[in-house]
Amino acid sequence: MPITQYIFFFLTFVAIFSAILVVIDKNPVHSVLYLIVTFFALAGHYLLLNAQFLAAVHIIVYAGAIMVLFLYVIMMLNLNKEIEPHKKNIPKFAAVIASGVFMLCLIALLTNAQKGMLPAAQNENIGLVENLGKVLFREYMLPFEVSSILFLAAMVGAVFLSKKEIN
Amino acid sequence: MNNVILNIPIQWYIYLTVILFSIGVLGVLFRRNAIIIFMCVELMLNAVNLLMVAFSRYLGDSGGQVFVFFIMVVAAAEVSVGLAILMMIYRNTKSIDIDDLNKLKW
Repeated sequence: MPITQYIFFFLTFVAIFSAILVVIDKNPVHSVLYLIVTFFALAGHYLLLNAQFLAAVHIIVYAGAIMVLFLYVIMMLNLNKEIEPHKKNIPKFAAVIASGVFMLCLIALLTNAQKGMLPAAQNENIGLVENLGKVLFREYMLPFEVSSILFLAAMVGAVFLSKKEIN
Repeated sequence: MNNVILNIPIQWYIYLTVILFSIGVLGVLFRRNAIIIFMCVELMLNAVNLLMVAFSRYLGDSGGQVFVFFIMVVAAAEVSVGLAILMMIYRNTKSIDIDDLNKLKW
């Protein structure tokens, strides 16, 4: 078995195991930490797929910014204890059954979508910064600029929502 | 590193992302804490991102990776606004249990 398959199985195991722990763990701070582990495993998958730029951006944006934001909110709301009241079991069973059926449906749908291997790509350097930057600033210039407006709107919205009311 | 597409079938990535997406769906349905629900939405977004990167690599088209870049942009904006809304909810109701937010339910 080639070494890449070992790496794939290891990263897959880490990602799925810590994703399950995100859902199961009662403490929100532990959930955030397990989600960071999942994101690192996904960054390893990106590296395995030769998408170095996206792996770096993924680590910086998700593990560096978004998860820190989650931790700040949890600490500001003082939620770092198990406050979740005990619920009835019927909604939990319904949730497990519904998502399990959903997963089975998706797998049954996609397992016959493409038999065997796709044709091997000729260019294996498409994930590098140089090539991705050329594509981004030539073909996707307008969406890139529009996303800056989106960020401005999100920033104004976040500041407006979280400020105290004056009167 | 550069012979991934010869050793790993695309099906394995499909199965991995389907499982991750289903775990995200399970978390949204299973938990009552609004912050955990947000984190499970992030998990679903990341499953889709991984599938797009995998197809982009296997088909040799860099458009998929640019789309993943834009999905990350939208996710960052969504998280900042969503957490601000959560702070607002907590300030008004002193709880982030989504069962308490039934004002719009008839």
